[in-house]
Amino acid sequence: MEFMGYVRPDGKVGARNLVAVIPSVTCANDVAQAICHQVQGTVPYLHHQGCCQMPPDLDRVTETLISLGKSPNAAAVLIVSLGCEGTDTERLYQEIAATGKPTEIVRIQEIGGVSKAIQRGIDLARKLVIAVSGLQRQAVDISKVVMAIKCGASDTTSGMASNCVIGYVADKLVDLGATVIFGETTEFIGGEHLLARRAVNGQVAQKIYDIVAAMEQRAKAIGCDMRRGQPTPGNIAGGLSSIEEKSLGAIMKSGTKPIQGVLDYPQAITDQKGLWIKDTPGREPEILTGMAATGAQFMCFSTGRGAPQGFPSMPVLKICGNPHTYQRMEEDMDLNAGLIITGEKTIEQVGEEAFAKILRLLEGEMTKNEAIQYFSSIDIHCLGPVI
Amino acid sequence: MKENIALKVTDKDNVATIFADDITDGSRVTVLDKRGERQEYTVKGTVPYGHKIALAPIKKGELIIKYGEEIGIATHDIAPGEYVHVHNLDSMRGRGDWDKKEG
Repeated sequence: MEFMGYVRPDGKVGARNLVAVIPSVTCANDVAQAICHQVQGTVPYLHHQGCCQMPPDLDRVTETLISLGKSPNAAAVLIVSLGCEGTDTERLYQEIAATGKPTEIVRIQEIGGVSKAIQRGIDLARKLVIAVSGLQRQAVDISKVVMAIKCGASDTTSGMASNCVIGYVADKLVDLGATVIFGETTEFIGGEHLLARRAVNGQVAQKIYDIVAAMEQRAKAIGCDMRRGQPTPGNIAGGLSSIEEKSLGAIMKSGTKPIQGVLDYPQAITDQKGLWIKDTPGREPEILTGMAATGAQFMCFSTGRGAPQGFPSMPVLKICGNPHTYQRMEEDMDLNAGLIITGEKTIEQVGEEAFAKILRLLEGEMTKNEAIQYFSSIDIHCLGPVI
Repeated sequence: MKENIALKVTDKDNVATIFADDITDGSRVTVLDKRGERQEYTVKGTVPYGHKIALAPIKKGELIIKYGEEIGIATHDIAPGEYVHVHNLDSMRGRGDWDKKEG
């Protein structure tokens, strides 16, 4: 099976052809935003990190931004640097440019301030957009697909309908030789033994236990009851009573295939195939960023209560498990898996609908959040304090 | 009258999830398992769409099972048909507050 995608100089394949504008630090956000406001075909990553952080977090920010720049939906990259940030901006520039994609940089302090940086940035972005705007899609094998999966604003329909649909699609893509990534380590709590059983070897199983233990330890270290944060108030209103219940439902979306390994948060996929875990939190801005950094061309996102968010360079397909929510929020939901709950369709039927939409999406058809650009709230997940 | 449906995921489960509106004290629901076998229950409590009821008596301190796995422990004795949620089910994970009490 093939799809039409943009083949990048490093062999990765994009489903979109965007110019990514990357602020190397939060203090460069407004310049990046102004450039993107002016130049069509550009998207900014407006995060809040990159300075006054502990060294491991600064490395994490640099590496995540590198992975975002390398991700195949970005045809070219413009970096916006302030000049005194903690992020390693030179490494950021060098590693992205090394992929062979057109890469430029504008430095706010060096050029003489915000307005000059915006002007220079617009000129560079225009040049990049024109340079990549004529690239043509080519037929490539479906095994080049990297799908990210997530559930958000979950209720009890998620584990019984929409997550099962994603599980169906995940199994199908893995069988076709593609790559599927799931995360939300917090939502392994109570179900980690089921995931560990599916690990390809003992080392991977141990790593699954380790990342869950570390996540739970971070919550416990604060000395309070995690139930104030997980499940969220929305989850509880939707009928989820504990993190264990939320986790068991969440795991359904990973399908049934063996788990090949665990990726760190900033890590990009090189040529690994099959089902992988990425160590991420559950909150949207951070997990969507982490998943886009993996190099996923798109994400399948299951929801019950109705989560509308997307990501600037990664189309997010919303699959809604709750038939009531789908009716209320149809403009934000791409697919209705609520028909499984009402008994009108099977998991396989909705799964095939999702797969057909994914093939169209890979070749350019937009998702609902992509069309209205509901994707500016993003962030990089850091572990230490802001200092 | 429209049938009120609740779904039981695995045979081990002692709760089922109701997918019906306007369920109040005394409402009748039909619990379906994965083989499509049906069992009638009388609901105790007001149970919103997508929330759970007990399928068997669950004593305080006993495990509550869904998807064939534990999702928490009962904090009160729970009767068959009774609403099960955060008022009578306690998570057992990420409980820094328990460690503090023990320490």
